[in-house]
Amino acid sequence: MKFSEEFETRFAEMVPHYPTKRSALVPTLLYAQDEIGFLSDEVIAEIASRLDLTELEVRNVISYYSMLTTKPRGKFNVQVCTNISCMVRGGEELLQHCAKKLGIGHKQTTPDGLFTLEEVECIGACSWAPAAQVNYDFHENLTAEKMDRILDEYRKTGTQ
Amino acid sequence: MADLVFHPDEVKVVSRRFGLGATNIDRYVELDGYKAVQKALAMEPDAIIAEVKNSGLRGRGGAGFSTGMKWSFVPKQSAKPKYVLCNGDESEPGTCKDRLIFEHDPHSVIEGVMIGALAVGAKSGYIYIRGEYRYLSIIMQKAIRDAYAKGFVGKNIFGSGRDLDIYWHGGAGAYEVGEESALMESLEGKRGIPRIRPPFPAVVGLWGGPTVINNAETLANVPHIILGGADWFAKLGTPKNGGTRLFCLSGNIAKPGVYELPMGYNLRKMIYDVGGGIPNGRELKAVVPGGASCPCLTADEIDVAMDFDSVQKAGSMLGSGGVVVVDDAQCIVKFALRTMKFYQHESCGWCIPCREGTDWLKKTLIRFHAGGGVKKDIDNMQYLAENMLGRTFCPLGDAAAMPTIAFVKKFRKEFEEHLEGRPCPFEKENAAEPVLA
Ligand SMILES: Cc1cc2nc3c(=O)[nH]c(=O)nc-3n(C[C@H](O)[C@H](O)[C@H](O)COP(=O)(O)O)c2cc1C
Ligand code: SF4
Ligand code: FES
Repeated sequence: MKFSEEFETRFAEMVPHYPTKRSALVPTLLYAQDEIGFLSDEVIAEIASRLDLTELEVRNVISYYSMLTTKPRGKFNVQVCTNISCMVRGGEELLQHCAKKLGIGHKQTTPDGLFTLEEVECIGACSWAPAAQVNYDFHENLTAEKMDRILDEYRKTGTQ
Repeated sequence: MADLVFHPDEVKVVSRRFGLGATNIDRYVELDGYKAVQKALAMEPDAIIAEVKNSGLRGRGGAGFSTGMKWSFVPKQSAKPKYVLCNGDESEPGTCKDRLIFEHDPHSVIEGVMIGALAVGAKSGYIYIRGEYRYLSIIMQKAIRDAYAKGFVGKNIFGSGRDLDIYWHGGAGAYEVGEESALMESLEGKRGIPRIRPPFPAVVGLWGGPTVINNAETLANVPHIILGGADWFAKLGTPKNGGTRLFCLSGNIAKPGVYELPMGYNLRKMIYDVGGGIPNGRELKAVVPGGASCPCLTADEIDVAMDFDSVQKAGSMLGSGGVVVVDDAQCIVKFALRTMKFYQHESCGWCIPCREGTDWLKKTLIRFHAGGGVKKDIDNMQYLAENMLGRTFCPLGDAAAMPTIAFVKKFRKEFEEHLEGRPCPFEKENAAEPVLA
């Protein structure tokens, strides 16, 4: 199991910040997922052994957090908020629009592996609604047209 | 990244440095940064606590508890190390203010945590930021590194002979983790299941040590109080409600945005003057005054001073500062359903009234909104929600029940209009079909 140097530096720095090793677990899982794409059996085994946990303990934590996934996702995870502030400004219609454009539903991935679509809860962009996140990038004050342009941009970078 | 807005009625305290480049530590210092912590270093811990108490600062995370009072509960002597934990999980729907503080003024949060630590005798502080806020975590991690490099944080801070460490910590998607005891579980690398209280975190918290947990905005206010004085801060607001608040205006409003207004600012003025009123020739139907968990106010109930006590008197809560405006084109049943879908999704499942209650309410609201409701459902929903109140292991159950009760009580007629197989009267033509089955 090989992680990037950046991951290793961060991990080595983070662990001594806490009196117990396992405290580093949640952020470590997310950083690992960002590199590998998902939390594979191999990643889980590696992190469990590094933090002196059983794999079951790690899986138990993974299943609690909505950003963590044990299944591969598309290169770009399109997360559309439909919670209240976004809903009253067209968040649901925006999600529907993305579903149509990408031809996929909630938590599905396009056959080319580029996009995964996800309906998400409030992402803290309520005053700039409707909003979505693609991976970690925020996109706000969205319209269907704006979303089209954004998805086309990602498609372009993703197929280069 | 998020756009800033301005209004002449704003009183800038925590947003004072927004847009001024204060993520840069030298710029922050130029703008009076790290002065308050040096002043605090020369003060007795009890004097710091007294100052914060007298300022009337109350928790910006939702409950509005006196910050100085909370700090005073931490025992002076403790065999285990004490901690300060900044809650930056910000997930209450309608709330997007801590984000701006992290983006524009991360050092003010660090400084607030440091002053809190000096007040209660802690040697380490943690700043927990929700996983979705990756760009803010990067900003905060850099801010912390810069503060170490200057010797403001770490060993022998400002040559005082005292050590104080500040660390970043990140989440991975969970609303419930914003609840203070679940937050500690998450920081300890576990599922975010709340802890039983008592003992309260001030006595037994992180890794068993006494822990102060405060919202990011609460802590960002602290340096300003230490520098400007308790009296100045208290006078900005209303009695027992010191200072200002970052109000996040969202929903069907002409000028949404995060505005810093004095505590006690009139809600009607906030909506119509500051927020520019309701766009598209629509009328106001309801306002959720403090994030999704707060009971809604109707258009007739908005002559209220936005401070903790006045909003409570009006039957709701000031909550987390998220003011969600709803116009008359929106269906309240659908709004209630979306709210409940959220709580059902976020319920950690630990206790039955919340786990089963939110699930039943969600299913009933889905059926009801689709036209499959019977008259008895309306009373049943209210009855069930009322019976969740106070019977759940943590306040998430209440947060789900309270808005539901208000929607049913205040908009009963709209619920009745959905009865007997009638389609939702608000359903727009070509309305979106739900993607989720
Ligand atoms: C379900 C739930 C979610 C919460 N989420 C947050 C949150 O995201 N941010 C926050 O500061 N407080 C949140 N709180 C409130 C915290 O439990 C705690 O009261 C607060 O962080 C204390 O800080 P304060 O006194 O400065 O407000 C939440 C509470 C509950 C019950
Ligand atoms: S009230 Fe809900 S979130 Fe809180 S402990 Fe019970 S099930 Fe979990
Ligand atoms: S409700 Fe969509 S970002 Fe908050």
